[in-house]
Amino acid sequence: MKRIISILIENKPGALARVVGLFHQRGYNIETLNVGPVFDGSFSRMTVTTRGSENDVEQITKQINKIIDVIKVSDLTEGDHHEYEFIMIKFKHSEKIQKILKSLNGKIHEKNNDAMVMSAWGSSSDIEAAIKSMGKVNLLEVARSGSIGLHEGEKVLKI
Amino acid sequence: MKLSGGDLLMRALKDEGVKFIFGYPGGAALHIYDSIFKQKAFEHILVRHEQGATHAADGYSRATGKPGVALVTSGPGATNAITGLATAFMDSIPLVVISGQVQSHLIGTDSFQETDMIGISRPIVKHSFIVQNTQDIPRIVQEAFHIATTGRPGPVVIDIPKDKTDPSQLFEYKRAKEISLRSYQPRVFPHPGQIKKASKKILSAERPVIYAGGGVILGNAHKELIALNKLLKAPVTNTLMGLGAYPAKDKYFMGMLGMHGTYQANMAMHNADVIIAIGARFDDRITNTPSMFAPNAKIVHIDVDPASISKIINADIPIVGQVKESLIALIKEIKRSKIKIDSEALDQWNMQISQWREKHGLDHDLYLSKIKSSMIAPQVVVQELYHATQGNAFVTSDVGQHQMFVAQYYHFNKPRRWINSGGLGTMGFGLPAAMGVKLAFPKQEVVCVTGEGSIQMCIQELSTCLQYNLPIKIININNEALGMVRQWQDMNYGGRHSASTYSDSLPDFVKLAQSYGHVGMKVTKQSQLKKTLEKAFAMKDRLVFIDVYVDPNEHVYPMLVAPNGSMQDMWIKKNTKA
Repeated sequence: MKRIISILIENKPGALARVVGLFHQRGYNIETLNVGPVFDGSFSRMTVTTRGSENDVEQITKQINKIIDVIKVSDLTEGDHHEYEFIMIKFKHSEKIQKILKSLNGKIHEKNNDAMVMSAWGSSSDIEAAIKSMGKVNLLEVARSGSIGLHEGEKVLKI
Repeated sequence: MKLSGGDLLMRALKDEGVKFIFGYPGGAALHIYDSIFKQKAFEHILVRHEQGATHAADGYSRATGKPGVALVTSGPGATNAITGLATAFMDSIPLVVISGQVQSHLIGTDSFQETDMIGISRPIVKHSFIVQNTQDIPRIVQEAFHIATTGRPGPVVIDIPKDKTDPSQLFEYKRAKEISLRSYQPRVFPHPGQIKKASKKILSAERPVIYAGGGVILGNAHKELIALNKLLKAPVTNTLMGLGAYPAKDKYFMGMLGMHGTYQANMAMHNADVIIAIGARFDDRITNTPSMFAPNAKIVHIDVDPASISKIINADIPIVGQVKESLIALIKEIKRSKIKIDSEALDQWNMQISQWREKHGLDHDLYLSKIKSSMIAPQVVVQELYHATQGNAFVTSDVGQHQMFVAQYYHFNKPRRWINSGGLGTMGFGLPAAMGVKLAFPKQEVVCVTGEGSIQMCIQELSTCLQYNLPIKIININNEALGMVRQWQDMNYGGRHSASTYSDSLPDFVKLAQSYGHVGMKVTKQSQLKKTLEKAFAMKDRLVFIDVYVDPNEHVYPMLVAPNGSMQDMWIKKNTKA
């Protein structure tokens, strides 16, 4: 099962590597990874998506929690949550792709004779489905942010 | 007064109460070594290989309970320290390893003796620091010791680029009154609700077992463990790392459990209805096949590390907290409880264990029956050692058959006396670890039980022992082969001894010891064993290397049947299952 793990971590050199390294050391895979500074900039928030059973994820979150720089860890998929992913796509002119992206909050950033650059965002399953339906013919380049997400309701990840 | 980075480091180490640093100098650490030369707070012990430095600091820590400190230079100095870091990490030993690093502006340029110590050591440290500003050194040292010694202990690396110890750059020394890290708040006290549940479950047990590990020793909770069992009168087993946590002489003690655990300990685990796991982590050398583990047992698991709980075996009642505080709370709750232990059931259970012990228990009087035999049994060496030292020695070991024989036959009644690499299984650990112990306890008997394979992995430390006058006794259980490897080859590979023998190329250990300035003795006959040991232990101020040739065909038993075996499936002797 797909899991979305949110991690609040000290924004210090090497902190990210400790988390990423741990997944490999413990035999788990990272599907997507997003990280950026939050609050006063002394924290980073990471969002990692991975696959595993409930036991696997419990073990992953416990192990991540042991990293000294980690402040909080939460498995968003444990409860109701919001989850989105942002993509940017460069493609040869194609009505079909434009239409698909428009349906995902699409925005045109560049248009020239040969190609277009558009961005879009949606749930990662919608993004996944959209990329599949575009076909390979006109697609030149795809960049994905990886999932980011928040708990629904009052639950928050902060110190 | 303003100080250089090197002097700031000295001051910070002094304020942590450091007495010994085990190290080896080199280019990137030279400023630090100059600061060491000028200070008097602690002694620097020059080892002969950085692996020896980390193991010596580790042995010092295991024996004293204080953090061990090692100092190495960049590049090869740092990489040589890796095995020792991994050893300490696996056994949760508090170490602070300081590594010199190339100058900041050279980092990342493949400069001379540069290696990414932080990166290389990342998976095998509790935490690591790289010094970016010299004035941070005191704070970093303070945090490093705090992290190494609290919660589940472990090794911490401090990597210091050479320019951060430049003697011409001076800074104010500032030490915080206390350390508080917003991202690190290890749990101390257990949840009272969990303690209540545990007490209820334990008191209603008919076949309880206490399974206590290294966490009891690391958490200084052996007295509480004994106090708990004064109330429960349950059979107790210790892991390899936990030996000494519960006194071996106590009538409820069943010996070690697991791969080479006693028959009664493994049978008790398999047949228990409640297992009280205390500071133990259900390692694969304990559980055998996890899905077949203790089929009827409810598990109460006390550990300071929540990640150890339900990692391998699901805990029915998890308790997260320091072992000592958790046991104190549990004892209090049990005393308060109105539930009465079913003493009839418990008596029956203890009787069952006695029967198991009689049936296939270890023969602790083997030395009496083997007096006339021509070949020396390795088990007898350990038994004779036990008698020669009245069971009071600090015993370090290396890894393999000799390690298991000590664990089985040397009865540890006190914690911190048995010092071995349990988790990583590091050959070469025993001698340098013994140096750390001997420095901490110069008046106590310190014995390194080793094998002719393991001892050659850090043999160079014999030179260190001469320089610092460390009269350790080394018992080399010499079977002219990598005994445990050969045992597996005998049992699982049709007796094909692939790369496990070298009998025609072993050194003359007596001469070897002598060339390092020590005393060497050789024993080949059972009749010489006792006398030689007595003679060696009478030489109080000399390191004596006793090379004991033993029966090379001896195997370690019991041994769990694997794969697809449970804890009740054991080889009890050659070709015989229980």
